[in-house]
Amino acid sequence: MANVLLSAKGIKIRFGGVVAADGIDLDVLQGENLAIIGPNGAGKTTFLNISTGYLRPQAGSITFLGQEITAQLPRTITKLGIARAFQIPQLFLDQTVMENMLIAAASRLGSPSGFRALSALPELPEMERLLDLVGVKLYASRKARELPEGQRKLVDIALALALKPRLLLMDEPTSGVASAEKLEIMDILTSALAKENVTSVFVEHDMDMVERYAHRVAVWNVGKIQKVGTPAEVLADPKVREQVIGI
Amino acid sequence: MSGRIKPVTTIAIIFFLVSAVAPLLVSSWATLFALILAKGIVVLGIILLLQAGQVSFGHAMFFATGAYTAAFWGKYVGGGDIVLFIALGGITSAVFGLIVGLFVVRYREIFFGMLNLAFSMVLWSLLEKMFHYTNGADGIRVPRPALLGLSFTPETFQYVILYVSLLIAVVAFYGVQRYLDSPLGHMLRAIKSNETRLEYLGTSARRVLLIGYVISAFLGGIGGTLVAIIQQIATPEFGFWTKSGEFVFIAILGGSAHAFGAFAGAAMFECVRFYAAAHLVDTWQLILGVVLIVIILYAPNGLIGLRQRYGQAKQGGH
Repeated sequence: MANVLLSAKGIKIRFGGVVAADGIDLDVLQGENLAIIGPNGAGKTTFLNISTGYLRPQAGSITFLGQEITAQLPRTITKLGIARAFQIPQLFLDQTVMENMLIAAASRLGSPSGFRALSALPELPEMERLLDLVGVKLYASRKARELPEGQRKLVDIALALALKPRLLLMDEPTSGVASAEKLEIMDILTSALAKENVTSVFVEHDMDMVERYAHRVAVWNVGKIQKVGTPAEVLADPKVREQVIGI
Repeated sequence: MSGRIKPVTTIAIIFFLVSAVAPLLVSSWATLFALILAKGIVVLGIILLLQAGQVSFGHAMFFATGAYTAAFWGKYVGGGDIVLFIALGGITSAVFGLIVGLFVVRYREIFFGMLNLAFSMVLWSLLEKMFHYTNGADGIRVPRPALLGLSFTPETFQYVILYVSLLIAVVAFYGVQRYLDSPLGHMLRAIKSNETRLEYLGTSARRVLLIGYVISAFLGGIGGTLVAIIQQIATPEFGFWTKSGEFVFIAILGGSAHAFGAFAGAAMFECVRFYAAAHLVDTWQLILGVVLIVIILYAPNGLIGLRQRYGQAKQGGH
């Protein structure tokens, strides 16, 4: 297992009576798109929250490229190369899409200037390229507030890509998007990830999406990993079909 | 964006030119304009914090720090120079701002505002109660300082301090406008709209706010030093909460979308006070209150916002 990027070992966390993670072991491999599926409230988002330092597990540890990151601050983990896209897009709504991107670029570079204009950052063409890559370049000079939800999700992902991450964690990248647009968005997304050489983990409800776009699938059920495998293997499992997919 | 900023910048340039020339025609305006400029410098700091959505109800503490730095120098060292006073006032306030800032940037909104108020009231009490050092409520007289070794008569001095204030105001205005347009300025605005995302981009929101806070304290200190020199006195009232309220009032009056809002607000405030106090004794607060109500109801983005609204209406073909 030389090419393990992120590794979770024995993660446990509970909120009152709800066990979100009860001894989770999960590896994310370099270059893959790993989907996490499972019933609502199973703890899928909790895994993203722990991996990015938003929550501290009650037991267990997470390593990224062999480095311990358990209970580090989100911004420290971000600096190491883990970026996150959100289920509900988290943008700076009063600023333009390009300003959003440039803030991300300035964050990545560190020690931001208080005197030189944001728009004078040499990263501007690169940010334009990323916006183009996810297909929202035409919105660059619009305020983020004015964008439709589907486009905001893409900007949210572009913001994460602006950090040049090794690993991108996405929480339901196609939720809140009309089903006709889902395929288009996922096509754009997966090709962008491949082009940028970014490994991804995405939480997903839509089995169509999982089947098409994931290299591996982890089934999260009542705080445990019920099964890990290729989409074909996992979706063929009668237990998974009954308990998670509901067929 | 530049199309929106430009007209305001033009108005700002006109305003600074008027401040330079008008007092030559009417000598009583020299002090009026010097006060407007000095207060505008303080309010620039309030506008900086408003970008992050934070309102400080205690900024008079930095104003007082600047004023008392000059006053203590006059009382304990003697003599003094405008350049020295301003440098010391700015630095002392910035250091004080860093210390207070380390606490207050951990809080947001009402807690941020109230914690600032609390710190400022501690300073006010000290100034009021440590009579032996501060002369209590009487305050400390600030003798007329020299400028780079040159002494002036009172008549000339009011122009000297006017042009010093103008110079600093122009530099501060330019610097703050550049700051608002820079990555750090945009990050300050990002704190207002989505602090969590800012952290997830790898930036410490507290650090961004602390830098803004220290700059804001620095500007407050310089403004306070100038006012102490103009009025030739520093009193505990410089640090009282109503003074903090006055700065926030001016910022809302002027509008926080552009650095010029600070000076537009200060000009309106001081002019109303200057003329209302002269002609309608004891009612100037009433008039200012009415002005604020009108602004909040009809121009929620301040005087600067009026210009923008008018500009947009024209663009829309009306």
